[in-house]
Amino acid sequence: MSYIIDRRLNGKNKSMVNRERFLRRYRQHIKEAVSESINRRSITDMERGEQISIPTRNTHEPSISHGSGGKQHRVFPGNKEFHAGDQLDKPQQGGGGSGSGKASNQGEGEDEFSFYITRDEFLNYLFDDLALPNMIKKTLSQSKEFKTRRASFVSEGTPNNLSVVRSLRNAHARRIGMSVGKRKKLKELQAELAEHLAKNADDTAEVLALKEQITELERRLKTIPFLDDLDLRYRSQVKVPTPSSKAVMFCIMDVSGSMTQDIKDIAKRFYILLYLFLQKNYEHIELVFIRHHTSAREVSEEDFFYSRETGGTIVSSALKLMQQIVEERYQNTDWNIYAAQASDGDNWDDDSPLCAKILGDSLLSMVQYFAYIEITPNQHQALWEAYTGLSRQFASRFAMAQIRNPGDIYPVFRELFAKDRYQEAV
Amino acid sequence: MSEKAREYLSTDSDWTFELLEVYDREIARIAKLYKLDTYPNQIEIISAEQMMDAYSSVGMPIGYNHWSYGKQFLATQKGYKRGQMGLAYEIVINSDPCIAYLMEENTMPMQALVIAHACYGHNSFFKGNYLFRTWTDASSIIDYLLFAKNYVRHCEERYGQEEVEQVLDACHALQNYGVDRYRRPKPISAAEEKTRQKERENILQQQVNDLWRTLPASLKAEKNNKKRKFPSEPQENILYFLEKNAPLLAPWQREIIRIVRKISQYFYPQRQTQVMNEGWATFWHYTLLNHLYDEGKVTDGFMMEFLTSHTNVVLQPGFDSPYFSGINPYALGFNMFQDIKRICENPTDEDREWFPDIAGSDWLETLHFAMNNFKDESFIQQFLSPKMMRDFHLFSIYDDDEKNKYLIEAIHDERGYRTLREMLARQYDLSVREPNIQIWSVDLEGDRSLTLRHTMQNGTPLSTDTHEVLKHLHFLWGFDIHLETYKDERMVKRQSCPSVAIEE
Repeated sequence: MSYIIDRRLNGKNKSMVNRERFLRRYRQHIKEAVSESINRRSITDMERGEQISIPTRNTHEPSISHGSGGKQHRVFPGNKEFHAGDQLDKPQQGGGGSGSGKASNQGEGEDEFSFYITRDEFLNYLFDDLALPNMIKKTLSQSKEFKTRRASFVSEGTPNNLSVVRSLRNAHARRIGMSVGKRKKLKELQAELAEHLAKNADDTAEVLALKEQITELERRLKTIPFLDDLDLRYRSQVKVPTPSSKAVMFCIMDVSGSMTQDIKDIAKRFYILLYLFLQKNYEHIELVFIRHHTSAREVSEEDFFYSRETGGTIVSSALKLMQQIVEERYQNTDWNIYAAQASDGDNWDDDSPLCAKILGDSLLSMVQYFAYIEITPNQHQALWEAYTGLSRQFASRFAMAQIRNPGDIYPVFRELFAKDRYQEAV
Repeated sequence: MSEKAREYLSTDSDWTFELLEVYDREIARIAKLYKLDTYPNQIEIISAEQMMDAYSSVGMPIGYNHWSYGKQFLATQKGYKRGQMGLAYEIVINSDPCIAYLMEENTMPMQALVIAHACYGHNSFFKGNYLFRTWTDASSIIDYLLFAKNYVRHCEERYGQEEVEQVLDACHALQNYGVDRYRRPKPISAAEEKTRQKERENILQQQVNDLWRTLPASLKAEKNNKKRKFPSEPQENILYFLEKNAPLLAPWQREIIRIVRKISQYFYPQRQTQVMNEGWATFWHYTLLNHLYDEGKVTDGFMMEFLTSHTNVVLQPGFDSPYFSGINPYALGFNMFQDIKRICENPTDEDREWFPDIAGSDWLETLHFAMNNFKDESFIQQFLSPKMMRDFHLFSIYDDDEKNKYLIEAIHDERGYRTLREMLARQYDLSVREPNIQIWSVDLEGDRSLTLRHTMQNGTPLSTDTHEVLKHLHFLWGFDIHLETYKDERMVKRQSCPSVAIEE
């Protein structure tokens, strides 16, 4: 006696709890792996999961078993040329006979246990690193949002979207259209009948025929339906991505000799966060990378983060270049302009007031938001002093912060999110 | 066969529920001709994702939650998504009714193969083999697993997930030592477990308290008895010993040990009958479907597809092949059952000399006898014929770590047959495969330390994991652990936890 049961509709994610537990147990390892992978990824490449590898010795479940050594007998299939009593050289590296069942059971071949995490999980670990509050995490990791908007009428839909007025109007038009010929004919016949009746020819065959025709026509007119399926119109809803506008993000970074790779890595996280935030709010985002030491240059992302230069620092060169690029390519009526500047605080002493002047006089009036982060554990220098004045004057669009580790990045964003116009995004 | 007699059950490669029923009925009918006695079947159709779930919970339909199953799942998922690994066509559970999972992706011939293999092959093995009859209770396992899952979850709610995880980790490390090898365990029953579990908690705690009583009166009594040896006999079931005697465990922790122990006990027969179980199931899918073909109920195309996968299943690559990963239990088991059938039906002179009892006897009866009364080790010892050894080109090597060369000690020839058979059988003997470790003594009056004794076999040392396992043991016992390795009645090594003092 057999029962056949279709289980395909039962839940398929029975293992999710266990998977979750595994991820929780190896949280630290995964965070490290995520951190490492960020350095390999481009800022704009946050839309996919990641393969995580953990050394097998960390995930190994111990059990008591025989080690190698001692005197062992093993039976193998597939003998070709051996005879009893033959001696064989042992392979180098004592382990010997690694083809036996035992060794392969323990899977010693692989020294890394690797698996995939999803995009959401990836972002989660990233945000964790940045100490983002949950609400912000959620906002940033959500995929594109849509608003439904009414758009015209369609002939198919659900009853709740039925447009009564439209449908009846259609029905009316159809009834007129379908009956116009018949009515005309009817009128003619009625006129003819009246003529005959006027002649007092009550029951001649002609009159009877006319009457019959008239009744037939009237019956057919009656059969034209009041409301037909064809008439029904439904309100249609379309999904519109919201909001849909363009933004450009300027990444400005000091690449002078004093900027170490660690500082650049922290800066990169800051840019990623800004990018994710902008992505949430804008349909189309362009990135411009400007790096500078004593002179500024627009470069590719790869060069921006990973090529090293030495020399002094003149920050104003980068600001000038940005101003130039904005004027050439990004008319500020079309584009929402964001800029993030990262530096270790070094600047040519005489240059700092000039920077403040460029920003205050022209740049800040063009941009939506300008963020300056100073990644240094040390005392502030001239540039910070010069910018402090600006942040008072342009509190709504200029933010600055000192960052010592990735966890400090978020406060800069809090200011950004706190702004009235972005309340809805939060 | 005349054209008229050929009435195919189906000609399409797609399956439907109606067709599954038809095939199942036909296969059941033929299975009856061959006297296959089975539990009722519960055939469940599942998707690939669900198969991955089933995989990662050691094939159990319900299990308590633990990170190690998540690890298993991630590994399976990765392998499957990358296409490195196909999923099994089926998973079958030793329960009553016998649950078999079939993947929806399978074609009709594959579903028929799986039904014959799992629902009539494995199923009859579960019902007939003496180990399963003695050690597992098919009717109660699902209920027990449900009880275990709920109990573990309840503990997590009450004592915290991490606390529970720590106990489970420790138990898993010792799960192969949670088995009664020689005594028949009481059948488990979920209903009973629940009602008596509370009661047991109290009694257990009381017994433990008695053991560790420190009141002066009993101390005096003990002194009179000189030194009380505890346990009086060495104990091989380490988890059982801990459950009953560990001084510091809370009642719920003892219950969790018990759960791991019971489940480990349930799998114990499967670990000892892999070759036989797979061989038996493979032999029957082969025999049953061929019978179906001979009756003219399936098409040639059906047979081609069936034979292709059957051939893949019973492929045995040689030791020097890149695909070699040990002796394939399907291949060895299937060919041995085929060989026994051959010995019964067409014995050669050699067979008559080696197997006087079965040569020329009724093959079906002999096969059933073998299935009922043996485990891998004894099955090979009893039934591996010289012809099989020749067909497989078996040879045995002797590896002495003090010499720098392997010795070929036996090959498939007249002089080697007996040694070869002996060696292969030993390879499947659990007591040889797993180190012999027993609870030796507890220092009741002193530091309460627990001493285990490892008796070395053939000078093989323990794996490097052992110290990690001792840490888990230490966690459960609560006091020092010593593991002494004895070789020829002489202690050669002593490991301790927590102190890593190694004395030669």
